[in-house]
Amino acid sequence: MSLLDVGVTPPRVLVLGYGNPGRQDDGLGPAVASGIDRLGWPNLTAVDNYQLNIEDAMDAAEHDVVWFVDAAKAGPSPYAVHEVSPASSIEFTSHLVRPEAILAIARQCYGRSPQAFMLAIRGYEFEFIEALTPGATDNLRHALAMLTDRIRRLQMPVSL
Amino acid sequence: MSEVHVSTGQPGQGPRKIVIDPVTRVEGHGKVTIRLNEAGEVEQARFHIVEFRGFERFIQGRMYWEVPVIVQRLCGICPVSHHLCAAKAMDIVAGVDQVTPTADKMRRLMHYGQVLQSNAVNFFHLASPDLLLGFEAPVTQRNIIGVIEAFPEVGKWAIFIRKFGQQVIAATGGRRIHPRLCVPGGVNQNLSIEHRDALRKDLDQIIEWCGDALELHKSFVRGHENLHATFASFPSNYVSIVGDDGRMDLYDGVLRAIDADGKPIFEGVRPSAYRDYLIEEVRSWSYMKFPHIRSLGREDGWYRVGPLAQLNCCSFIDTPLAEAARQEFMALGNGGLVHATLAYHWARLICMIHCAEKIQDLLFDDDLQGDDLIVTGERRPEGVAIIEAPRGTLLHHYTVDENDQVTGANLIVSTTNNNEAMNRSVTKVAIDDLTGHEITEGLLNHIEVAIRAYDPCLSCATHALGDMPLVVTLEDADGSVIATRVKQ
Repeated sequence: MSLLDVGVTPPRVLVLGYGNPGRQDDGLGPAVASGIDRLGWPNLTAVDNYQLNIEDAMDAAEHDVVWFVDAAKAGPSPYAVHEVSPASSIEFTSHLVRPEAILAIARQCYGRSPQAFMLAIRGYEFEFIEALTPGATDNLRHALAMLTDRIRRLQMPVSL
Repeated sequence: MSEVHVSTGQPGQGPRKIVIDPVTRVEGHGKVTIRLNEAGEVEQARFHIVEFRGFERFIQGRMYWEVPVIVQRLCGICPVSHHLCAAKAMDIVAGVDQVTPTADKMRRLMHYGQVLQSNAVNFFHLASPDLLLGFEAPVTQRNIIGVIEAFPEVGKWAIFIRKFGQQVIAATGGRRIHPRLCVPGGVNQNLSIEHRDALRKDLDQIIEWCGDALELHKSFVRGHENLHATFASFPSNYVSIVGDDGRMDLYDGVLRAIDADGKPIFEGVRPSAYRDYLIEEVRSWSYMKFPHIRSLGREDGWYRVGPLAQLNCCSFIDTPLAEAARQEFMALGNGGLVHATLAYHWARLICMIHCAEKIQDLLFDDDLQGDDLIVTGERRPEGVAIIEAPRGTLLHHYTVDENDQVTGANLIVSTTNNNEAMNRSVTKVAIDDLTGHEITEGLLNHIEVAIRAYDPCLSCATHALGDMPLVVTLEDADGSVIATRVKQ
C-alpha cells in the first residue's frame, strides 16, 4: 500500500428492514435486511423486525449511516429514497413508531445523529400470503442492487 | 400534521355524522365516526379498525404443531402472546393438560418479559406525553422527545426496560424476533446459566425503574385528580383470567367476570367453556366482532379487558411490590372498582412491576435449567386457551382433524374484547368536547388520548408506508359527512 493511500475506517452502516413477511409485499423490508446481511461486510449491520421500536434508537446511535427500509403502498416503482431527519410525534397506537422518532430519540438520549435514509420499495398486495408478488420481487432486486452499491461505495478505502 | 375536509351537511336535516377515516385496509390506521342526532347533539361515536378474520382462514389447513409459530405473523406488537396462547391451545390438542415445571416456567418467563416490554412501550412512548406534559401541551412538544427534555430519566427507563424485556424473550425463545420456544406439549429449550446470570444482573435496576415510573405517574394523577377520574370514563363490567385462588395470573387461569359494582357475573370458568359465557356478535358496519357476556345480552353484556380489568378482577397479587401498589390503586375506587379510563396507565405500570418481580422469582428457580421439556398425550380434536396479553384477554380456539390439520380457528383478541368500551370512551369525549360542527385540534387530541388508554392492536402487523394513522369524520343523522379531519 502506498503511503499516500491512508485507509480511513468506513462508516458503520445499519439497515433496518421492517414489515410482516406473512403479509405478502409487506415483507419487502425484512427481505432487504436479509439480502444485505448475506453480504457479510464489516461495519455493516442488517436487522429485520415487524416494525420499528424505541430501542432501535440505541442501534441507530451506534452507526454513522442508517437505512430504514419499508414497503410502500403507493409511490414510484421500483423504489424511492429520501433522507430522514429527526422529528418526534405522538401516535394513537404503539403499532406506529416512525423513523423520524427513532432518530429523534437517538439524538436526545445519545447525542448522536446518524445520516439516515428511507428506502420505500413499492409493494402491491398485502394479503395473508407468505411470499412477495412478482412485481415486488422485481422491485426488491432493483432496490437491493442500489443499496448494495451505495453501501459498497461507503466501504471503499479513501485515498488522500 | 393533519388535514381537514368539510362537507356541506345542512343543519336541521336529520342526525349528522363526523368521521375520522382510514384510507387503507391493511394496518396503521384507525377511523372514528361521530354521528349527530336531529338536534345536532352527539348520538354515538364508533372507533373502527380492521380485524383479521382472513388470518383465521389462513390458519386452516395448517398442521397443528406449526400454528404456534405461524400466529406470530399476526401482530408486530405481541407475537409472543399469540405464540404462547396458540401453544397452550395446542397442548390441549396434543392431549397434554399439564406441561412440565420447566416448560411452564420457561413460558411464563417469556410471557412476563413480553408484557413488561410491551407495557413499557405503551406507557413511555405512547401515553407519557399526554400524562407527563398535559393534554393541552402543544402538539409539537407532546411527544416522547418533549417528555425526555422535561424528564431526562424517562428516556433511559423507556429504552432499557423495553430492551430488558426483549432480552428475556431472546433468552427464552432463542431470538427476540420470531422466538420458537413452544411446541405442543412443552418447550424446546431451557434457560442457560449464561442467560440467567446476564438477566439477573440488570433485574434490580429494572424493578427500581418500574417503581420510579409509577411514582412519576402518580404525581401526574395527584395534580389532575378530577381529570383522571372523569376523562372518557364510565362504569363497566370487566373480564380477566385469574388464578384459581383469585390472584393475578397473566399467563394461565380461569375466567372471571365482574359487574360495575365488583360483584361476580361468572368466575372459575375454564377456557374450554368460554362459549357458554361469552358470545360474539357481528355488526354490519364493522370488521370487528362485538363479544359480550351471554347472560347479560348485547346491550348490557359488554365489558372491558386489559390492565384495568386485570387489576379490578384479581383478588390480590402474589408479588409484594405490585400488591402494595395494587392496594393503593384500588383505594381510588373508595371501596369499589376503579372505572377511570386513564387508570389503564396506572394499572399498566403495576402490571410491569408484577412482571419484573415474577421474572426475578423465576430467575432464581432452578426448574428453568431442567431437562424435562415435553410431554405427550392422546390427540384431541379441539383446544382452547386464554392468556392475558399486554392489552388484555386473548383467546385462541382451534379444531384439528385426524390428519393433524387445523379445520377451524377462532381468535378473540384484546382489542376486540374492548371494542364496545372504546366506542363508549370516544362517545364520552365527543359529548364532552364537540361544539358545533368543527373537529378541532383539541377534540382530535382528546379522542386520541382516550384511544391510547386501550392501545388498540391494529390488524396483523402490517404497516406499509402510505397508511394514515387516524381519521375523524362527523356525520349527520342520514350519514352525510359534515367534516373530516385526518391526522398523519
